[in-house]
This record gives sequence, structure tokens and C-alpha cells, in this order.
Amino acid sequence: MYRHSVRIDKRKCVGCTNCIKNCPTETIRVQNGKAYMIDERCIDCGMCLSSCPHNAMVAVTTPLSVLGAFKYNIVVPSTTLYSQFQGVTDIRDIYAGLYAMGFDAIYEEAKATEILAEAMAKHIRSSEAVLPLISSSCPVIPRLVTSLYPNLIDNLAPFIPSNEIAARVAKEEFCETMNVPRDEVGVYYISPCAAEMTHIKSPLGITKSDINGVFAVRDVYPQLMKFIGKAGDTHMNNIAFRAGAFGLGSAVVGGLSAAVGTEHYLAVDGICDVMQCLDEIDNERLRGLVLVEMMACKGGCVGGPLTFENQFVAKNRNRRIQYSQPRLDLDGDEHVRKYVNSDMILYDVPFEPRNILKLSDDVVEAMRMMDRLEEINRRLPGLDCGSCGSPTCRTLAEDIVKGQAVEMDCIFKLRDKVRQMAQEMVDLASAQKRG
Amino acid sequence: MVLYREVFPVERGDFASAGSASSKIKRTLKKMGVDPSIIREVSICSYELELNLVIHSLGGELVLELTERGLTLISSDRGPGIADLELVMKEGYSTAPESVRAMGFGAGMGLPNVKRHSQIFSLESEIGKGTKIRSEYSF
Repeated sequence: MYRHSVRIDKRKCVGCTNCIKNCPTETIRVQNGKAYMIDERCIDCGMCLSSCPHNAMVAVTTPLSVLGAFKYNIVVPSTTLYSQFQGVTDIRDIYAGLYAMGFDAIYEEAKATEILAEAMAKHIRSSEAVLPLISSSCPVIPRLVTSLYPNLIDNLAPFIPSNEIAARVAKEEFCETMNVPRDEVGVYYISPCAAEMTHIKSPLGITKSDINGVFAVRDVYPQLMKFIGKAGDTHMNNIAFRAGAFGLGSAVVGGLSAAVGTEHYLAVDGICDVMQCLDEIDNERLRGLVLVEMMACKGGCVGGPLTFENQFVAKNRNRRIQYSQPRLDLDGDEHVRKYVNSDMILYDVPFEPRNILKLSDDVVEAMRMMDRLEEINRRLPGLDCGSCGSPTCRTLAEDIVKGQAVEMDCIFKLRDKVRQMAQEMVDLASAQKRG
Repeated sequence: MVLYREVFPVERGDFASAGSASSKIKRTLKKMGVDPSIIREVSICSYELELNLVIHSLGGELVLELTERGLTLISSDRGPGIADLELVMKEGYSTAPESVRAMGFGAGMGLPNVKRHSQIFSLESEIGKGTKIRSEYSF
């Protein structure tokens, strides 16, 4: 079963401890000098991709060569894509490039974000909302919440991610206007992160994704670069539904909150800070909040692992692109109104909690294991050096309890044991001399 | 029979590590696969109890005990003890000093909150000796 988008290139992996130390869910171990993943623990945050100094962590995305599998190709550019090109702050240059690459239509993720933001604003005002509403557009967040924060599942926004809204709306509009059957149309998302690949292969909250492939921003970049600014003033500079400043701002954390338009929000970026805030919300320590916008990557999508441009440069450029467009009145926008109340933008499969931490399905057995875990942990040196292949001493204790490691995997325990055995040999040898 | 027991010492005025015992308790319960709704209640209570130890006590400990049937949180301290056990359960009543209130704590919601989030709650206290609070849950 497909669980996550990261593959480990065994030839490049040197068995260092960078990935295991940076993984927020303790998914990775090193055994026999190579890293491996406990697949069901991965939430696809991409921390391992950016922490591996040997490029052994590989994000799997769709190769550009699949273009042609469908008669018509629609592209959904992530809002982040616009911020990647030096000197380009007029999005029409990028539209022209995308058409030149061979796409038949463009539907902006930014436009879908405006539909999403308006739907969230309406939902917050309704009585059904469980507050604070937690945004679920970053594909890591629903995975994280169902894995570690089951109490907050009802707080997840009931709307599908913006790129999924984009794919559905784009298909709907294209097939209607062009009068073509749906199965002749492929929708491709140009993504700043690998988690989107997991979203389309094994989606949460929906039965099937309408996105047919996920291209990495950095794969598309060189292709697009060739065409940018060369199309001139033609029909290729335009698209049917253009996003305004609100939608365009959403590549940076805080952008969605601004589009929703509430004052009582938190905009949290970076997986560790996201987890800390979820903990505090779970413990009812953050009160009075209406909206919590969460993005796994530092800075938001501009900080995604599959981007090309430096995230701070991209952030600056995103602002300039955003301010070049008017702030649309989302409530009054005809296109937004058409979809904002539609069932098309809702999740239709309930989120199931899946506790990735538990030691055993049997609570009593888990208590016994926890007791042994603590006992073993007390005997370990507590340095959290990672040399055993587990990220911390406590995780090694957990792996031992589960039967996946032994105490002698700890090099300090091993050294003590060797020293003790050496002493025994010396004792034995001198005993013989005297005897 | 107690299958699992963990003791967390909590020192007076130690705001820097306040909350660490309750997050460890929460992690332990998640590892055991305890029902998430119970974990939430226990987390709220353990945090309040831990803060009470930091703010009001002369130092003490928080103990987590699990049996096959349920779990118990026990907060016990070395004093100073509570003078009026009824008053202390009233929402908004607080003896926290201004310095603590300035930090956003001591709103007088602590113990009422613990009681509200416990299945069985008990409070014993003796001036000069100490206070013992038990908060119990069954699975």
C-alpha cells in the first residue's frame, strides 16, 4: 500500500543520523548502515528530504513525460510557482510559458484558495463549526492530526485542499465549455512538496483525487524558463478565472487567514511549531481562537522541499505579485459564488484516527511494555546520540521492547560490556598464572 | 494491581519546566493507546495540578498510576496546606500573588477545572502538612 512519497536511495545513504534526528514522528531508523522507514509513522512532512546532506532521500513525483496520456491537459499551478522566477512579477508571463509547454488550460490554485477561504469564512459564521477551525489545505496537517491528535479531528476544516478544489472546478468548467468527456481530460498540479503525491495516491477524506499527476516545481522550472517572456502579447497571456490578491497571498503562511478575514487566528509554519500548537490546542491552553492556519513547511508553501527559489526571495516576490492584483470581494465574486456552497468542495469520507505511537493494540500489554521501556531507558546513557540507529535513547528503549533492537546496539553499553569482558579475561589469565 | 507507575517531582516556582510532567504523561498515555477522550481530560488535569504545585506548594510530586481498569493522577505536596477547602473550589477564587497573575496564571480556575475534568475527584489538606489531590478515570 502506498503510504508516503519519500524513497531512500540506498546507494547514496551513508547511514548518518541526520534524517533520524530531524524526523518529527520518529519514523526513520538506521540499521546495518542504511536508513529505513517505518512506513505507517510517516506523515509526509518532508523534513528528511531537506535534512539529508547526501541527497539519499528522494521525493517521488510524476515525471513530465506522462504528458500526452490524455487528449486534453489542464495545469493547476501552485501559487508558489509564480514566485520562482527571477525578474518575473507579471503572472501573465508564466501563463504564456505554461501554454507554450503544451497545456490546454490553466486553473490557478490561487483561485481555488479564494473559493476555499470564502467557504471557510461562511463555515466559521455557521453554528456547525467546531472552533478553532484547523486549515486542512496543507496535506501534512490532516495526516498529522489523525495520527497524533485524534481529539482535534472534528476541528479540521471540512473542505478539500485548494489544489483538489482547483482540479475539480477546472475539469468541470473545461468539460462544460469545450463539450468534451471527462475521461479525456488530465489535470496536473505543479507542486512545491512531495506530500501532494501522497494526497493523490492515497487521499484522506475523499475516495479519489481528481489530480492525475504531480509535477515538482523544480522539474517544471527549467522547462518553463525557456518559454517565459517569449510569448509576447497574445491570447496566451490570459486565463478564464484570475485570482486576486487574497488567493495569490496564500503561498506564504498567513495568506489564507487574511483571505478568510478573521482577526482571531494563528498562522503557524514549520512542522515542529505546528505540533507544539496542536498540543496546546488539544490541552485547551489556546483559547478564543477561530482559525488556525497550519503549514508543515517553514514560511508556508514557498518553503517547500521541491521548490527552486530561495524561500525568502520567493516570499518577497510573492508579496509583489500579490499586490499587483486587486483584493477581490470574495463574497461578490461570481465564480466563487458558483462553488462556495457546492458539495464538490467538501470531504466525503470521515477522517479515521490512527494512533501511530501506541505500543500494542492491547492497553494492558502496552502498559507492561511501557513499564519495561522506562526501565530500559533508565539504563541507557541518555545522550540521544543516535549512533544505535534510533533517534533517541527512549526510542531505542521502545525498539528493544518491540523486539526490533537490542541493548547492545547502544555503543556505550557495548563498550561497557567489552570492558567488563576484557577485565574478566585479565582476571582469568592471572588466576591461571597463580594456579 | 498497579501495572504502571511514574513519579514526576515538581518544584516550587519552577515556571521554566512547568508543563513538562503533563506532556510526558500525555505521551505515555498515547503510547499505551488509552482512549483519546480520556487522554484529553487527563492532560488538562495534570497541567492544572502541575501548575498548582509550582505556584502554591512548597514542592511536591505528580504521580501517574495505571491499572487494567483505569488510571489515577495523584498530586501531593509538602505544604503549606489549604485553609478553606470549600472556598478553594469556587471559580475565580485565587490566592495567587500578583507576580503569578501577571504571568497569566492564577485565575482561580485551577481546581474547579480539575474537578470538572475528573471522573472521581478528591481533595485532602492539612495546614502545615500538605495537600493531596486525586483525580481518577476508568476505561
